[in-house]
Amino acid sequence: MGKQKMTPEEMSAMLDEVLSKYKGQGQKALMATLQQAQEIYGYLPLPVQRKVADALDVSVAEVYGVISFYSFFSLKPKGENAISVCLGTACYVKGSQALLDKLEEQLGIKCGDVTKDGKFSISACRCVGACGLAPVIMVGDDVYGRLTPDEIPGIIAKYKEA
Amino acid sequence: MDLFRAHVLVCCGTGCTSSNSAKIIEQFEQQIPAQGLEKEVKVVQTGCFGLCAQGPIVVIYPEGVMYYRVTPEDVAEIVSEHLLKGRYVERLMAPKHDGAAPSENTSANDSNFFKKQMRVALRNCGNINPEKIEEYIAHDGYQALGKILTEKRDPDAVIQEIIDSGLRGRGGGGFPTGLKWKFASGNRGQGITKYVCCNADEGDPGAFMDRSILEGDPHSVIEAMAIAAYCIDAHQGYVYIRAEYPIAVKRLQIAIDQAREYGLLGENIFDSGFSFDLDIRLGAGAFVCGEETALMRSIEGKRGNPTPRPPFPAIKGLFGKPTILNNVETYANIPVIINKGAEWFASVGTEKSKGTKVFALGGKVNNVGLVEIPMGTTVREIVFDIGGGIPNGKAFKAVQTGGPSGGCIPASLLDTPIDYDNLVAAGSMMGSGGMIVMDEDTCMVDIAKFFLEFTVDESCGKCSPCRIGTKRMFELLTKITDGTGTLEDIDSLEEIALSLKNGSLCALGQTAANPILSTLKHFREEYVEHVVDKKCRCHVCKGLTEYYIDPEICKKCSLCAKKCPVNAITGEVGKVAYSIDTTKCIKCGACIENCKFKAVQKR
Repeated sequence: MGKQKMTPEEMSAMLDEVLSKYKGQGQKALMATLQQAQEIYGYLPLPVQRKVADALDVSVAEVYGVISFYSFFSLKPKGENAISVCLGTACYVKGSQALLDKLEEQLGIKCGDVTKDGKFSISACRCVGACGLAPVIMVGDDVYGRLTPDEIPGIIAKYKEA
Repeated sequence: MDLFRAHVLVCCGTGCTSSNSAKIIEQFEQQIPAQGLEKEVKVVQTGCFGLCAQGPIVVIYPEGVMYYRVTPEDVAEIVSEHLLKGRYVERLMAPKHDGAAPSENTSANDSNFFKKQMRVALRNCGNINPEKIEEYIAHDGYQALGKILTEKRDPDAVIQEIIDSGLRGRGGGGFPTGLKWKFASGNRGQGITKYVCCNADEGDPGAFMDRSILEGDPHSVIEAMAIAAYCIDAHQGYVYIRAEYPIAVKRLQIAIDQAREYGLLGENIFDSGFSFDLDIRLGAGAFVCGEETALMRSIEGKRGNPTPRPPFPAIKGLFGKPTILNNVETYANIPVIINKGAEWFASVGTEKSKGTKVFALGGKVNNVGLVEIPMGTTVREIVFDIGGGIPNGKAFKAVQTGGPSGGCIPASLLDTPIDYDNLVAAGSMMGSGGMIVMDEDTCMVDIAKFFLEFTVDESCGKCSPCRIGTKRMFELLTKITDGTGTLEDIDSLEEIALSLKNGSLCALGQTAANPILSTLKHFREEYVEHVVDKKCRCHVCKGLTEYYIDPEICKKCSLCAKKCPVNAITGEVGKVAYSIDTTKCIKCGACIENCKFKAVQKR
């Protein structure tokens, strides 16, 4: 998630570039703008929402309404390593709930939260589309399939060192 | 043009990409020149072959040999043995199964998995490189659009052809596609703005048909949308696709760019005076946006709340203009209908459901993957012949179709021929094509709860029957699976389900109770067991499951006691068999995981 180690100034400049592309286009450009803004920041804090609202000439309430409606948009930052556990049906019947339980136990956080050091966050997702590999988890862009709960600690350890 | 004696096709669908198929291509591209074969062998990245459980898959033509679960380390051997010396690498040719293996060592096209299938919508998936428009054109691509435009066919005649074919919407509802087009076709040539949209917001968890088509054959959708636009006189189209499908988005964008470059999208296509262009709109993870009115609100940049119908989109759709909205798979069928004729299409399938249907077969079945069957194929043929049966010798319990809007089909209905109407009669629905197989270890009450949790999450909250009803039903199911449910709770479930069906604004709410109603219909005894006997026969529901240690099997090693986070296990190393204090036990499963002798069990 997000571009690694960008300064706030760089992020702000990138956002301005995105906003200039959609300036004045109104609500119909809102989703695309938010998607690109989230790609820069990793989430959508209030100052970003305000800038988007100004550029598109829609109200901040409207922007917040859209963000809170769609699960893809996040109001909280994610961990350096965002772990998502697939809870699609195919993964669920193959035991992905046990993977989620194990992750929560190992990292000491609940689904939807970030560890104190900001290294990991856990979220549940609905189908990454790798049903042939069920049950599946993703760490960042890496996919781990055909997992059992006892493989979880090993996977976490790999990212702890990095 | 260079001629190659052999082609290496590597699946680059999402499933195989997840298991490293990009590295495999890289390896082939290093190994082939290393053996001096770069002028003889060509590597092609393709879309999904369908047999995802055996991925990453590599197919080598002209022989058509299929290699399963190939690793980057296997590539050197394939190149030196197969491509250089002409000897097959047999160890990679047998499908590998987790658990007990039904061994079946045949080449790709004669295996049961492919024999019973009929690939129409998936015709090009796994055969062409989706990122090269030339390959689509070589497989009759853009021929249907070309015929219609250059012969200046009467749009009404084209619509009639689609009506005659009997094609029904593949997104789940099953509405006749041709009729939908007809409703939107009025007032042509009067400069009225109209839109053609494609629903690629495949939200049903466990379904990946549309994704595979867009990843494997994106041009078929573009061509069909242009045909639809010609029929109703529209000039702008949108594909609404899930942001969770990065590969599909990328390939579709490449395809659109290439089509523009070739003059197949844009102004004056085929010099016919007809213009049409296409843009992608990304979804943002809201299941309700698969509903047509919600989807259009989302394209407009709003919250994806459904709106009442009528007015139907054909009259007042996107931005208030007449709009056609079809699903990806529906579109993928259109060029074939134009090329082969309505009569041919209508000759496949059952009386009221024509053609084929793609299913994403998943769950407890050996051949997890994508299958396309003629309508009328039985559930048994899909699960046991194509799917290769249930792994680990377990018994079949049910198959779930239609996702969170569908239901479970029990073993007694295995011989039901699949079509829209039969599935509804069985208490389920076609849905977009997710098909999840469940075995004896799957608790049906837990599955109903799983789907309800999903709909509670995804209900948009606009209408109260859905917002409140799904929540109440989820609470009742939680109560039942925790072991505190009563028989009255089961009655309440049925009552709420009915009001949800009658009172909800959109299909999400109207069908949200289906997973409960169908499991109650076919597996009522499991509900009663949970409530009366306080027992979950599958040991899935934690509230009804007890852990114990069989003293006969226990080797008194103490490992379980050391791993127990709440000190619920006592005993003495080498002397006294260990036992669990169930009042302290939190059922975390650490003891079961760590016992090498399978002495810890559930009851």
